[in-house]
Amino acid sequence: MPDQTGLELLAQQVGDAVPDSVLGTLHFRGQATILAAGGQIREVLQTLKDAGFAHLMSVHGVDYYPEEPRLGVIYELLDRSALDRVRVKVRVTVDAPQVPSVTPDWPTAEFQEREVLDMFGVQFAGHPDPRRILMPEDYQGFPQRRDFPIGGEPVLFTKDHGAGDYTEQR
Amino acid sequence: MSSTVDKSAPGQATPAKSAYRQMEESIDLSAVQQPVFVDGATHELLTLNMGPHHPATHGELRLLVTLDGEIVRDIKPIIGYVHTGIEKTAEQKAYWKVIPVVERMDYLAYFFNAYAFCGAVETLTETEVPKRAQYLRVIHMELNRIMSHLVWLGTSALDLGAMSMFWYCFREREAILDLFEYSTGQRMHTRYFQVGGVMEDIPAGWAAKTKAFAEQMPTRVDQYGALLNKNEILLQRLRGVCPLDEATLLELGVTGPLLRASGNPWDLRKAMPYCSYEDFDFKIAVGEHGDNYDRFAVRMQEMKESSKIILQALEGLPEGPFITDDRKIALPPRHELATSMEALIHHFKLVTEGFRVPPGEAYFPIEGPRGELGCFVRSDGSSKPARVHMRDPSFVNLQATAPMCKDAYIADLIATLAMMDPVLGGIDR
Repeated sequence: MPDQTGLELLAQQVGDAVPDSVLGTLHFRGQATILAAGGQIREVLQTLKDAGFAHLMSVHGVDYYPEEPRLGVIYELLDRSALDRVRVKVRVTVDAPQVPSVTPDWPTAEFQEREVLDMFGVQFAGHPDPRRILMPEDYQGFPQRRDFPIGGEPVLFTKDHGAGDYTEQR
Repeated sequence: MSSTVDKSAPGQATPAKSAYRQMEESIDLSAVQQPVFVDGATHELLTLNMGPHHPATHGELRLLVTLDGEIVRDIKPIIGYVHTGIEKTAEQKAYWKVIPVVERMDYLAYFFNAYAFCGAVETLTETEVPKRAQYLRVIHMELNRIMSHLVWLGTSALDLGAMSMFWYCFREREAILDLFEYSTGQRMHTRYFQVGGVMEDIPAGWAAKTKAFAEQMPTRVDQYGALLNKNEILLQRLRGVCPLDEATLLELGVTGPLLRASGNPWDLRKAMPYCSYEDFDFKIAVGEHGDNYDRFAVRMQEMKESSKIILQALEGLPEGPFITDDRKIALPPRHELATSMEALIHHFKLVTEGFRVPPGEAYFPIEGPRGELGCFVRSDGSSKPARVHMRDPSFVNLQATAPMCKDAYIADLIATLAMMDPVLGGIDR
Protein backbone atom coordinates (compact mmCIF):
# COMPACT_ATOMS: atom_id res chain seq x y z
CA MET A 1 0.00 0.00 0.00
CA PRO A 2 1.33 3.47 -0.76
CA ASP A 3 1.88 5.61 2.34
CA GLN A 4 -0.02 8.83 2.98
CA THR A 5 2.35 10.90 0.83
CA GLY A 6 2.42 8.33 -1.93
CA LEU A 7 -1.35 8.26 -1.98
CA GLU A 8 -1.56 12.06 -2.27
CA LEU A 9 0.95 12.00 -5.13
CA LEU A 10 -0.99 9.25 -6.87
CA ALA A 11 -4.26 11.12 -6.42
CA GLN A 12 -2.58 14.26 -7.78
CA GLN A 13 -1.40 12.31 -10.80
CA VAL A 14 -4.91 10.98 -11.45
CA GLY A 15 -6.44 14.43 -10.92
CA ASP A 16 -4.03 15.95 -13.43
CA ALA A 17 -4.74 13.33 -16.04
CA VAL A 18 -8.52 13.30 -15.58
CA PRO A 19 -9.74 16.72 -14.36
CA ASP A 20 -12.33 16.77 -11.54
CA SER A 21 -12.18 13.01 -11.12
CA VAL A 22 -10.68 12.78 -7.63
CA LEU A 23 -13.12 13.66 -4.85
CA GLY A 24 -10.86 12.75 -1.98
CA THR A 25 -8.35 10.34 -0.50
CA LEU A 26 -8.40 8.17 2.58
CA HIS A 27 -5.52 6.43 4.30
CA PHE A 28 -6.72 4.03 6.96
CA ARG A 29 -4.86 1.17 8.66
CA GLY A 30 -2.16 1.30 6.01
CA GLN A 31 -4.62 0.90 3.14
CA ALA A 32 -5.02 3.64 0.53
CA THR A 33 -8.33 4.65 -1.01
CA ILE A 34 -9.05 7.16 -3.76
CA LEU A 35 -12.61 8.43 -3.89
CA ALA A 36 -13.41 8.99 -7.57
CA ALA A 37 -16.26 10.54 -9.52
CA GLY A 38 -18.57 7.84 -10.85
CA GLY A 39 -18.79 9.09 -14.41
CA GLN A 40 -15.03 9.03 -14.95
CA ILE A 41 -14.19 5.70 -13.38
CA ARG A 42 -12.95 4.20 -16.64
CA GLU A 43 -10.50 7.05 -17.20
CA VAL A 44 -9.40 7.01 -13.55
CA LEU A 45 -8.68 3.27 -13.62
CA GLN A 46 -6.91 3.65 -16.97
CA THR A 47 -4.63 6.33 -15.48
CA LEU A 48 -3.83 4.07 -12.55
CA LYS A 49 -3.22 1.20 -14.96
CA ASP A 50 -0.66 3.34 -16.78
CA ALA A 51 0.87 4.19 -13.38
CA GLY A 52 1.55 0.51 -12.79
CA PHE A 53 -1.62 -0.75 -11.11
CA ALA A 54 -2.26 -3.11 -13.98
CA HIS A 55 -4.43 -5.70 -12.25
CA LEU A 56 -7.98 -5.39 -11.01
CA MET A 57 -8.23 -7.99 -8.27
CA SER A 58 -11.72 -7.41 -6.94
CA VAL A 59 -14.88 -5.35 -7.24
CA HIS A 60 -17.00 -4.97 -4.11
CA GLY A 61 -20.45 -3.50 -3.76
CA VAL A 62 -21.27 -1.73 -0.52
CA ASP A 63 -24.44 -0.16 0.84
CA TYR A 64 -23.63 2.78 3.13
CA TYR A 65 -27.19 3.14 4.45
CA PRO A 66 -28.13 5.54 6.04
CA GLU A 67 -25.31 7.69 4.62
CA GLU A 68 -25.84 9.38 1.26
CA PRO A 69 -25.00 8.64 -1.50
CA ARG A 70 -25.87 5.17 -0.38
CA LEU A 71 -24.27 2.75 -2.77
CA GLY A 72 -20.56 2.25 -3.28
CA VAL A 73 -18.55 0.32 -5.82
CA ILE A 74 -15.00 -0.46 -4.78
CA TYR A 75 -12.20 -1.50 -7.13
CA GLU A 76 -9.11 -3.18 -5.68
CA LEU A 77 -6.08 -2.55 -7.88
CA LEU A 78 -2.76 -4.37 -7.64
CA ASP A 79 0.68 -3.48 -8.92
CA ARG A 80 2.54 -6.77 -9.32
CA SER A 81 6.01 -5.27 -9.78
CA ALA A 82 5.94 -2.62 -7.03
CA LEU A 83 3.88 -4.99 -4.80
CA ASP A 84 1.40 -2.28 -4.06
CA ARG A 85 -2.34 -2.07 -3.78
CA VAL A 86 -4.73 0.85 -4.06
CA ARG A 87 -8.47 1.00 -3.72
CA VAL A 88 -10.75 3.21 -5.83
CA LYS A 89 -14.19 3.97 -4.51
CA VAL A 90 -17.20 5.33 -6.37
CA ARG A 91 -20.40 6.43 -4.64
CA VAL A 92 -23.79 6.57 -6.35
CA THR A 93 -27.31 7.22 -5.15
CA VAL A 94 -30.08 4.64 -5.08
CA ASP A 95 -32.18 6.80 -7.41
CA ALA A 96 -29.52 7.00 -10.11
CA PRO A 97 -27.28 3.98 -9.57
CA GLN A 98 -25.34 4.27 -12.83
CA VAL A 99 -21.64 3.59 -13.16
CA PRO A 100 -19.82 3.03 -16.47
CA SER A 101 -18.74 -0.56 -16.83
CA VAL A 102 -14.99 -1.16 -16.76
CA THR A 103 -15.36 -4.57 -18.44
CA PRO A 104 -13.98 -3.35 -21.83
CA ASP A 105 -10.65 -2.47 -20.15
CA TRP A 106 -10.68 -5.15 -17.46
CA PRO A 107 -12.39 -8.36 -18.64
CA THR A 108 -12.14 -9.77 -15.11
CA ALA A 109 -14.80 -7.31 -13.97
CA GLU A 110 -17.55 -9.02 -15.95
CA PHE A 111 -18.72 -11.49 -13.26
CA GLN A 112 -17.93 -9.13 -10.42
CA GLU A 113 -19.96 -6.25 -11.85
CA ARG A 114 -22.81 -8.66 -12.46
CA GLU A 115 -22.62 -9.61 -8.80
CA VAL A 116 -22.81 -5.95 -7.72
CA LEU A 117 -25.77 -5.46 -10.06
CA ASP A 118 -27.43 -8.55 -8.64
CA MET A 119 -26.89 -7.69 -4.99
CA PHE A 120 -27.11 -3.88 -4.97
CA GLY A 121 -28.85 -2.86 -8.19
CA VAL A 122 -26.01 -0.76 -9.53
CA GLN A 123 -26.38 -0.44 -13.32
CA PHE A 124 -23.14 -0.77 -15.25
CA ALA A 125 -23.49 1.07 -18.54
CA GLY A 126 -21.74 -0.76 -21.35
CA HIS A 127 -21.60 -4.16 -19.62
CA PRO A 128 -21.74 -6.92 -22.24
CA ASP A 129 -24.11 -9.16 -20.32
CA PRO A 130 -26.01 -7.19 -17.65
CA ARG A 131 -28.00 -9.96 -15.98
CA ARG A 132 -28.31 -11.27 -12.46
CA ILE A 133 -25.67 -13.85 -11.65
CA LEU A 134 -26.34 -15.51 -8.30
CA MET A 135 -30.04 -14.86 -7.70
CA PRO A 136 -32.74 -16.26 -10.02
CA GLU A 137 -33.32 -14.17 -13.13
CA ASP A 138 -36.89 -13.32 -12.12
CA TYR A 139 -35.93 -12.27 -8.59
CA GLN A 140 -37.29 -8.98 -7.29
CA GLY A 141 -35.17 -6.64 -5.18
CA PHE A 142 -31.50 -6.38 -4.30
CA PRO A 143 -30.77 -8.61 -1.33
CA GLN A 144 -27.49 -7.16 -0.09
CA ARG A 145 -28.93 -3.68 0.43
CA ARG A 146 -29.08 -2.85 4.11
CA ASP A 147 -32.83 -2.16 4.05
CA PHE A 148 -33.62 -5.56 2.48
CA PRO A 149 -35.04 -7.72 5.27
CA ILE A 150 -33.52 -11.05 6.19
CA GLY A 151 -35.61 -14.17 6.59
CA GLY A 152 -38.46 -13.22 4.27
CA GLU A 153 -37.73 -15.83 1.61
CA PRO A 154 -40.45 -18.42 1.18
CA VAL A 155 -39.11 -21.98 1.19
CA LEU A 156 -40.00 -23.68 -2.06
CA PHE A 157 -41.61 -27.05 -1.41
CA THR A 158 -44.12 -28.80 -3.67
CA LYS A 159 -46.57 -28.96 -0.80
CA ASP A 160 -46.64 -25.15 -0.68
CA HIS A 161 -47.66 -24.78 -4.30
CA GLY A 162 -51.25 -24.01 -3.36
CA ALA A 163 -50.08 -21.03 -1.33
CA GLY A 164 -49.43 -19.03 -4.48
CA ASP A 165 -47.04 -18.77 -7.36
CA TYR A 166 -43.63 -17.68 -6.10
CA THR A 167 -42.70 -16.22 -9.48
CA GLU A 168 -45.47 -13.64 -9.22
CA GLN A 169 -44.55 -10.02 -8.70
CA ARG A 170 -44.18 -9.16 -5.07
CA MET B 1 -55.88 -37.77 -13.38
CA SER B 2 -55.30 -38.06 -9.67
CA SER B 3 -52.18 -35.97 -9.43
CA THR B 4 -51.29 -34.38 -6.14
CA VAL B 5 -49.47 -31.58 -7.90
CA ASP B 6 -52.51 -30.50 -9.91
CA LYS B 7 -54.14 -28.04 -7.55
CA SER B 8 -56.74 -26.53 -9.89
CA ALA B 9 -59.93 -27.62 -8.17
CA PRO B 10 -62.98 -27.92 -10.48
CA GLY B 11 -65.26 -24.92 -10.56
CA GLN B 12 -62.54 -22.59 -9.30
CA ALA B 13 -61.12 -19.89 -11.55
CA THR B 14 -57.42 -20.47 -12.30
CA PRO B 15 -55.35 -17.44 -11.29
CA ALA B 16 -53.52 -15.56 -14.03
CA LYS B 17 -50.02 -16.89 -14.59
CA SER B 18 -46.97 -14.75 -14.03
CA ALA B 19 -44.87 -13.59 -16.96
CA TYR B 20 -42.17 -16.07 -16.02
CA ARG B 21 -44.58 -19.02 -15.98
CA GLN B 22 -46.00 -17.96 -19.36
CA MET B 23 -42.52 -17.80 -20.84
CA GLU B 24 -41.74 -21.18 -19.31
CA GLU B 25 -44.83 -22.76 -20.84
CA SER B 26 -44.12 -21.31 -24.26
CA ILE B 27 -41.07 -23.60 -24.51
CA ASP B 28 -41.89 -26.92 -26.18
CA LEU B 29 -39.74 -29.87 -27.12
CA SER B 30 -40.10 -29.58 -30.90
CA ALA B 31 -36.94 -29.38 -32.95
CA VAL B 32 -35.69 -25.86 -33.55
CA GLN B 33 -33.77 -25.21 -36.73
CA GLN B 34 -30.70 -23.13 -36.11
CA PRO B 35 -28.84 -21.21 -38.77
CA VAL B 36 -25.97 -23.15 -40.28
CA PHE B 37 -22.56 -21.89 -41.37
CA VAL B 38 -22.23 -19.08 -38.85
CA ASP B 39 -19.06 -18.17 -37.01
CA GLY B 40 -16.95 -20.62 -38.92
CA ALA B 41 -19.14 -23.57 -38.03
CA THR B 42 -19.38 -26.31 -40.62
CA HIS B 43 -22.33 -28.16 -39.12
CA GLU B 44 -25.57 -27.28 -37.50
CA LEU B 45 -24.85 -26.00 -33.99
CA LEU B 46 -26.25 -27.85 -31.01
CA THR B 47 -26.86 -26.17 -27.67
CA LEU B 48 -26.36 -28.66 -24.89
CA ASN B 49 -27.24 -28.09 -21.27
CA MET B 50 -24.68 -29.62 -18.93
CA GLY B 51 -25.51 -29.65 -15.26
CA PRO B 52 -26.35 -28.34 -12.73
CA HIS B 53 -26.36 -31.90 -11.40
CA HIS B 54 -23.55 -33.46 -13.33
CA PRO B 55 -20.81 -35.53 -11.70
CA ALA B 56 -18.06 -33.77 -13.65
CA THR B 57 -18.99 -30.24 -12.64
CA HIS B 58 -17.83 -30.79 -9.03
CA GLY B 59 -20.89 -29.14 -7.58
CA GLU B 60 -23.96 -27.37 -8.89
CA LEU B 61 -22.46 -25.70 -11.94
CA ARG B 62 -24.53 -25.43 -15.10
CA LEU B 63 -22.89 -24.91 -18.46
CA LEU B 64 -24.70 -23.99 -21.65
CA VAL B 65 -22.41 -25.47 -24.26
CA THR B 66 -22.71 -24.61 -27.94
CA LEU B 67 -21.42 -27.58 -29.89
CA ASP B 68 -20.34 -27.92 -33.48
CA GLY B 69 -20.27 -31.68 -33.75
CA GLU B 70 -17.94 -32.65 -30.92
CA ILE B 71 -16.23 -29.29 -30.80
CA VAL B 72 -17.09 -26.69 -28.19
CA ARG B 73 -17.71 -23.30 -29.78
CA ASP B 74 -19.01 -21.41 -26.79
CA ILE B 75 -19.69 -21.91 -23.10
CA LYS B 76 -21.90 -19.92 -20.80
CA PRO B 77 -21.51 -20.79 -17.12
CA ILE B 78 -24.71 -20.38 -15.10
CA ILE B 79 -24.17 -20.24 -11.35
CA GLY B 80 -26.08 -19.48 -8.20
CA TYR B 81 -27.58 -22.89 -7.47
CA VAL B 82 -25.97 -23.11 -4.04
CA HIS B 83 -26.18 -19.40 -3.24
CA THR B 84 -27.07 -19.22 0.43
CA GLY B 85 -26.56 -15.53 1.16
CA ILE B 86 -23.67 -16.06 3.57
CA GLU B 87 -22.50 -12.46 3.10
CA LYS B 88 -25.95 -11.24 4.12
CA THR B 89 -26.05 -13.60 7.09
CA ALA B 90 -22.66 -12.31 8.21
CA GLU B 91 -24.09 -8.80 8.56
CA GLN B 92 -26.54 -10.05 11.21
CA LYS B 93 -23.90 -11.56 13.48
CA ALA B 94 -21.26 -10.31 15.89
CA TYR B 95 -17.75 -10.44 14.44
CA TRP B 96 -16.68 -13.60 16.22
CA LYS B 97 -19.88 -15.38 15.20
CA VAL B 98 -19.23 -14.61 11.54
CA ILE B 99 -16.22 -16.95 11.48
CA PRO B 100 -18.23 -20.21 11.31
CA VAL B 101 -20.46 -18.85 8.53
CA VAL B 102 -17.70 -17.61 6.26
CA GLU B 103 -15.89 -20.93 6.73
CA ARG B 104 -18.74 -22.59 4.87
CA MET B 105 -18.23 -20.58 1.67
CA ASP B 106 -15.44 -22.49 -0.02
CA TYR B 107 -15.97 -25.72 1.88
CA LEU B 108 -12.55 -27.15 0.94
CA ALA B 109 -10.66 -24.11 2.21
CA TYR B 110 -12.27 -23.37 5.56
CA PHE B 111 -9.09 -22.33 7.34
CA PHE B 112 -8.38 -19.87 4.53
CA ASN B 113 -11.86 -18.34 4.64
CA ALA B 114 -11.61 -17.93 8.39
CA TYR B 115 -8.13 -16.44 8.13
CA ALA B 116 -9.09 -13.94 5.40
CA PHE B 117 -11.96 -12.71 7.55
CA CYS B 118 -9.98 -12.66 10.81
CA GLY B 119 -7.13 -10.90 9.04
CA ALA B 120 -9.43 -8.15 7.79
CA VAL B 121 -10.89 -7.65 11.26
CA GLU B 122 -7.41 -7.70 12.83
CA THR B 123 -6.40 -4.98 10.35
CA LEU B 124 -9.35 -2.85 11.42
CA THR B 125 -8.80 -3.37 15.13
CA GLU B 126 -4.99 -3.21 14.80
CA THR B 127 -4.65 -6.42 16.74
CA GLU B 128 -1.23 -7.96 17.01
CA VAL B 129 -1.30 -11.72 16.57
CA PRO B 130 1.24 -13.63 18.70
CA LYS B 131 3.97 -15.42 16.79
CA ARG B 132 2.91 -18.86 18.03
CA ALA B 133 -0.63 -18.25 16.75
CA GLN B 134 0.75 -17.22 13.37
CA TYR B 135 2.76 -20.43 13.13
CA LEU B 136 -0.21 -22.54 14.21
CA ARG B 137 -2.28 -20.81 11.53
CA VAL B 138 0.36 -21.53 8.91
CA ILE B 139 0.47 -25.22 9.88
CA HIS B 140 -3.29 -25.56 9.68
CA MET B 141 -3.59 -23.60 6.44
CA GLU B 142 -0.91 -25.66 4.73
CA LEU B 143 -2.53 -28.90 5.92
CA ASN B 144 -5.75 -27.47 4.51
CA ARG B 145 -4.05 -26.71 1.20
CA ILE B 146 -2.83 -30.30 0.92
CA MET B 147 -6.31 -31.54 1.85
CA SER B 148 -7.95 -29.34 -0.79
CA HIS B 149 -5.49 -30.47 -3.46
CA LEU B 150 -6.08 -34.10 -2.48
CA VAL B 151 -9.82 -33.74 -3.02
CA TRP B 152 -9.07 -32.06 -6.35
CA LEU B 153 -6.66 -34.83 -7.40
CA GLY B 154 -8.97 -37.64 -6.37
CA THR B 155 -12.10 -36.29 -8.05
CA SER B 156 -10.25 -35.08 -11.14
CA ALA B 157 -8.59 -38.43 -11.63
CA LEU B 158 -12.04 -39.97 -11.28
CA ASP B 159 -13.26 -37.74 -14.12
CA LEU B 160 -10.38 -38.97 -16.25
CA GLY B 161 -11.11 -42.61 -15.50
CA ALA B 162 -8.48 -43.28 -12.83
CA MET B 163 -10.68 -44.83 -10.17
CA SER B 164 -8.06 -45.95 -7.67
CA MET B 165 -6.55 -42.47 -7.27
CA PHE B 166 -9.68 -41.38 -5.49
CA TRP B 167 -9.16 -43.93 -2.70
CA TYR B 168 -5.49 -43.15 -2.24
CA CYS B 169 -6.17 -39.40 -2.08
CA PHE B 170 -9.01 -39.78 0.36
CA ARG B 171 -6.87 -42.05 2.54
CA GLU B 172 -4.42 -39.16 3.05
CA ARG B 173 -7.24 -36.67 3.32
CA GLU B 174 -8.70 -38.71 6.18
CA ALA B 175 -5.34 -38.53 7.94
CA ILE B 176 -5.44 -34.72 7.66
CA LEU B 177 -9.03 -34.54 8.87
CA ASP B 178 -8.07 -36.70 11.84
CA LEU B 179 -5.30 -34.21 12.64
CA PHE B 180 -7.84 -31.38 12.44
CA GLU B 181 -10.16 -33.26 14.76
CA TYR B 182 -7.29 -33.87 17.16
CA SER B 183 -6.26 -30.20 17.38
CA THR B 184 -9.56 -28.36 16.91
CA GLY B 185 -12.32 -30.82 17.75
CA GLN B 186 -13.86 -30.77 14.28
CA ARG B 187 -12.93 -32.40 11.01
CA MET B 188 -14.33 -29.63 8.83
CA HIS B 189 -15.42 -26.03 9.48
CA THR B 190 -13.41 -26.02 12.65
CA ARG B 191 -13.82 -22.42 13.85
CA TYR B 192 -10.25 -22.77 15.11
CA PHE B 193 -9.03 -19.35 13.99
CA GLN B 194 -10.23 -16.49 16.16
CA VAL B 195 -9.73 -12.78 15.80
CA GLY B 196 -6.37 -12.28 17.49
CA GLY B 197 -5.07 -15.84 17.32
CA VAL B 198 -6.37 -19.38 17.53
CA MET B 199 -8.94 -20.95 19.82
CA GLU B 200 -6.69 -23.32 21.73
CA ASP B 201 -3.12 -24.45 21.86
CA ILE B 202 -2.36 -27.72 20.10
CA PRO B 203 -2.79 -30.80 22.30
CA ALA B 204 0.08 -32.99 23.47
CA GLY B 205 1.28 -35.35 20.80
CA TRP B 206 -0.27 -33.44 17.91
CA ALA B 207 3.02 -31.97 16.73
CA ALA B 208 4.62 -35.40 16.53
CA LYS B 209 1.71 -36.85 14.56
CA THR B 210 1.66 -33.91 12.17
CA LYS B 211 5.41 -34.18 11.71
CA ALA B 212 5.09 -37.86 10.84
CA PHE B 213 2.37 -37.03 8.33
CA ALA B 214 4.28 -34.15 6.72
CA GLU B 215 7.39 -36.31 6.43
CA GLN B 216 5.42 -39.03 4.70
CA MET B 217 3.41 -36.80 2.38
CA PRO B 218 6.11 -36.08 -0.27
CA THR B 219 6.58 -39.86 -0.67
CA ARG B 220 2.85 -40.22 -1.15
CA VAL B 221 2.88 -37.48 -3.80
CA ASP B 222 5.66 -39.37 -5.58
CA GLN B 223 3.52 -42.49 -5.46
CA TYR B 224 0.59 -40.63 -7.02
CA GLY B 225 2.98 -39.35 -9.64
CA ALA B 226 4.20 -42.87 -10.36
CA LEU B 227 0.59 -43.93 -10.91
CA LEU B 228 -0.38 -41.00 -13.10
CA ASN B 229 2.70 -39.57 -14.80
CA LYS B 230 3.33 -42.67 -16.89
CA ASN B 231 -0.29 -43.30 -17.69
CA GLU B 232 -0.63 -42.77 -21.42
CA ILE B 233 -4.40 -42.20 -21.29
CA LEU B 234 -4.04 -39.50 -18.66
CA LEU B 235 -1.13 -37.83 -20.42
CA GLN B 236 -2.98 -37.72 -23.73
CA ARG B 237 -5.94 -36.10 -22.05
CA LEU B 238 -3.82 -33.47 -20.28
CA ARG B 239 -0.74 -32.68 -22.38
CA GLY B 240 -1.28 -29.70 -24.64
CA VAL B 241 -5.00 -29.66 -23.94
CA CYS B 242 -6.81 -26.34 -23.52
CA PRO B 243 -3.82 -24.08 -22.84
CA LEU B 244 -4.31 -20.42 -22.08
CA ASP B 245 -1.55 -17.86 -22.22
CA GLU B 246 -0.36 -15.76 -19.32
CA ALA B 247 -1.58 -12.41 -20.72
CA THR B 248 -5.19 -13.62 -21.11
CA LEU B 249 -5.15 -15.18 -17.65
CA LEU B 250 -3.93 -11.92 -16.12
CA GLU B 251 -6.61 -9.94 -17.95
CA LEU B 252 -9.25 -12.30 -16.62
CA GLY B 253 -7.92 -11.89 -13.08
CA VAL B 254 -7.04 -15.58 -12.77
CA THR B 255 -4.75 -16.36 -9.84
CA GLY B 256 -3.39 -19.39 -8.05
CA PRO B 257 -2.21 -22.66 -9.63
CA LEU B 258 -3.98 -21.82 -12.91
CA LEU B 259 -1.86 -18.68 -13.36
CA ARG B 260 1.32 -20.34 -12.12
CA ALA B 261 0.83 -23.15 -14.66
CA SER B 262 1.32 -20.56 -17.41
CA GLY B 263 4.72 -19.61 -16.02
CA ASN B 264 3.87 -16.61 -13.86
CA PRO B 265 5.30 -17.21 -10.38
CA TRP B 266 2.75 -15.01 -8.58
CA ASP B 267 2.10 -16.30 -5.09
CA LEU B 268 1.00 -13.94 -2.33
CA ARG B 269 2.84 -16.06 0.26
CA LYS B 270 6.10 -15.04 -1.41
CA ALA B 271 5.20 -11.73 -3.04
CA MET B 272 3.46 -10.01 -0.16
CA PRO B 273 4.06 -12.26 2.86
CA TYR B 274 1.52 -12.36 5.68
CA CYS B 275 1.24 -14.54 8.78
CA SER B 276 5.05 -15.09 9.04
CA TYR B 277 5.33 -16.80 5.64
CA GLU B 278 8.58 -14.89 5.19
CA ASP B 279 10.12 -17.20 7.83
CA PHE B 280 9.81 -20.31 5.70
CA ASP B 281 11.89 -21.62 2.88
CA PHE B 282 9.75 -22.97 0.06
CA LYS B 283 9.57 -22.85 -3.69
CA ILE B 284 6.84 -21.69 -6.04
CA ALA B 285 5.89 -24.33 -8.58
CA VAL B 286 5.41 -22.94 -12.08
CA GLY B 287 4.44 -24.53 -15.37
CA GLU B 288 5.64 -23.84 -18.86
CA HIS B 289 2.82 -24.13 -21.37
CA GLY B 290 -0.25 -23.35 -19.29
CA ASP B 291 -1.99 -26.52 -20.44
CA ASN B 292 -3.90 -29.03 -18.35
CA TYR B 293 -0.79 -31.05 -17.59
CA ASP B 294 0.95 -28.01 -16.12
CA ARG B 295 -2.08 -27.25 -13.97
CA PHE B 296 -1.90 -30.83 -12.72
CA ALA B 297 1.86 -30.77 -12.17
CA VAL B 298 1.84 -27.42 -10.33
CA ARG B 299 -0.65 -28.67 -7.76
CA MET B 300 1.26 -31.94 -7.29
CA GLN B 301 4.41 -29.96 -6.54
CA GLU B 302 2.54 -27.57 -4.23
CA MET B 303 1.56 -30.47 -1.98
CA LYS B 304 5.25 -31.25 -1.49
CA GLU B 305 6.11 -27.61 -0.81
CA SER B 306 3.30 -27.35 1.73
CA SER B 307 4.72 -30.37 3.54
CA LYS B 308 8.06 -28.57 3.72
CA ILE B 309 6.40 -25.47 5.23
CA ILE B 310 4.60 -27.59 7.83
CA LEU B 311 7.84 -29.27 8.91
CA GLN B 312 9.64 -25.94 9.20
CA ALA B 313 6.79 -24.38 11.17
CA LEU B 314 6.68 -27.34 13.57
CA GLU B 315 10.44 -27.17 13.96
CA GLY B 316 10.48 -23.46 14.73
CA LEU B 317 7.17 -23.25 16.60
CA PRO B 318 7.76 -20.45 19.12
CA GLU B 319 6.66 -20.63 22.72
CA GLY B 320 4.21 -18.07 23.97
CA PRO B 321 0.53 -17.22 23.93
CA PHE B 322 -1.70 -18.65 21.20
CA ILE B 323 -4.12 -15.70 21.21
CA THR B 324 -3.79 -12.00 21.86
CA ASP B 325 -4.03 -10.89 25.49
CA ASP B 326 -6.25 -7.95 24.48
CA ARG B 327 -9.26 -8.73 26.64
CA LYS B 328 -11.46 -6.43 24.54
CA ILE B 329 -11.05 -8.85 21.61
CA ALA B 330 -10.25 -12.32 22.93
CA LEU B 331 -11.98 -14.26 25.68
CA PRO B 332 -10.14 -14.42 29.03
CA PRO B 333 -8.80 -17.83 30.03
CA ARG B 334 -11.32 -20.00 31.86
CA HIS B 335 -9.43 -20.05 35.18
CA GLU B 336 -9.52 -16.25 35.46
CA LEU B 337 -13.31 -16.20 35.54
CA ALA B 338 -13.38 -17.71 39.02
CA THR B 339 -11.10 -15.10 40.55
CA SER B 340 -11.28 -11.91 38.52
CA MET B 341 -14.33 -9.69 38.35
CA GLU B 342 -12.85 -7.87 35.37
CA ALA B 343 -12.40 -11.12 33.46
CA LEU B 344 -16.02 -12.00 34.14
CA ILE B 345 -17.17 -8.64 32.75
CA HIS B 346 -15.04 -9.03 29.65
CA HIS B 347 -16.34 -12.55 29.14
CA PHE B 348 -19.93 -11.38 29.51
CA LYS B 349 -19.47 -8.46 27.10
CA LEU B 350 -17.71 -10.58 24.48
CA VAL B 351 -20.22 -13.42 24.59
CA THR B 352 -23.36 -11.27 24.60
CA GLU B 353 -22.56 -8.28 22.43
CA GLY B 354 -19.19 -9.13 20.95
CA PHE B 355 -16.43 -6.62 20.48
CA ARG B 356 -16.83 -3.35 18.61
CA VAL B 357 -14.62 -2.54 15.67
CA PRO B 358 -13.55 1.02 14.71
CA PRO B 359 -15.41 2.25 11.62
CA GLY B 360 -13.52 1.75 8.38
CA GLU B 361 -12.84 -0.62 5.55
CA ALA B 362 -10.17 -3.24 5.02
CA TYR B 363 -9.32 -5.74 2.32
CA PHE B 364 -7.22 -8.72 3.33
CA PRO B 365 -5.94 -10.91 0.49
CA ILE B 366 -4.27 -14.28 1.08
CA GLU B 367 -3.16 -17.12 -1.15
CA GLY B 368 -5.86 -19.77 -0.97
CA PRO B 369 -5.60 -23.19 -2.63
CA ARG B 370 -7.28 -21.75 -5.74
CA GLY B 371 -5.77 -18.27 -5.84
CA GLU B 372 -6.22 -14.88 -4.25
CA LEU B 373 -8.83 -15.18 -1.54
CA GLY B 374 -9.60 -11.70 -0.28
CA CYS B 375 -12.00 -10.59 2.38
CA PHE B 376 -13.40 -7.07 2.38
CA VAL B 377 -14.88 -5.97 5.68
CA ARG B 378 -16.59 -2.67 6.34
CA SER B 379 -17.27 -1.70 9.92
CA ASP B 380 -19.71 1.00 10.97
CA GLY B 381 -18.42 1.03 14.54
CA SER B 382 -20.91 -1.48 15.91
CA SER B 383 -20.30 -5.07 16.96
CA LYS B 384 -21.59 -6.46 13.66
CA PRO B 385 -19.88 -6.01 10.29
CA ALA B 386 -21.69 -3.68 7.90
CA ARG B 387 -20.40 -5.59 4.89
CA VAL B 388 -18.44 -8.77 4.38
CA HIS B 389 -17.43 -9.60 0.83
CA MET B 390 -15.27 -12.48 -0.24
CA ARG B 391 -13.28 -12.25 -3.40
CA ASP B 392 -13.43 -15.93 -4.07
CA PRO B 393 -10.80 -17.23 -6.52
CA SER B 394 -13.14 -19.88 -7.99
CA PHE B 395 -15.69 -17.19 -8.88
CA VAL B 396 -13.17 -15.09 -10.80
CA ASN B 397 -11.31 -18.06 -12.30
CA LEU B 398 -14.55 -19.48 -13.71
CA GLN B 399 -14.52 -16.70 -16.32
CA ALA B 400 -11.56 -18.45 -17.95
CA THR B 401 -13.61 -21.56 -18.80
CA ALA B 402 -14.88 -20.24 -22.12
CA PRO B 403 -11.52 -18.98 -23.48
CA MET B 404 -9.83 -22.20 -22.34
CA CYS B 405 -12.32 -24.62 -23.86
CA LYS B 406 -13.15 -22.76 -27.05
CA ASP B 407 -12.57 -24.98 -30.09
CA ALA B 408 -11.66 -27.98 -27.95
CA TYR B 409 -13.44 -31.34 -27.83
CA ILE B 410 -16.25 -31.74 -25.35
CA ALA B 411 -14.31 -34.56 -23.68
CA ASP B 412 -11.50 -32.06 -23.07
CA LEU B 413 -14.01 -29.71 -21.51
CA ILE B 414 -14.50 -32.28 -18.74
CA ALA B 415 -10.75 -32.63 -18.24
CA THR B 416 -10.27 -28.85 -18.22
CA LEU B 417 -13.07 -28.30 -15.76
CA ALA B 418 -11.43 -30.88 -13.49
CA MET B 419 -8.06 -29.16 -13.75
CA MET B 420 -9.61 -25.74 -13.03
CA ASP B 421 -10.80 -27.03 -9.65
CA PRO B 422 -13.80 -24.77 -9.11
CA VAL B 423 -15.57 -25.08 -5.75
CA LEU B 424 -19.17 -24.06 -6.17
CA GLY B 425 -19.67 -23.30 -2.51
CA GLY B 426 -17.09 -20.56 -2.93
CA ILE B 427 -18.47 -19.35 -6.24
CA ASP B 428 -22.05 -18.98 -5.06
CA ARG B 429 -21.39 -18.15 -1.40
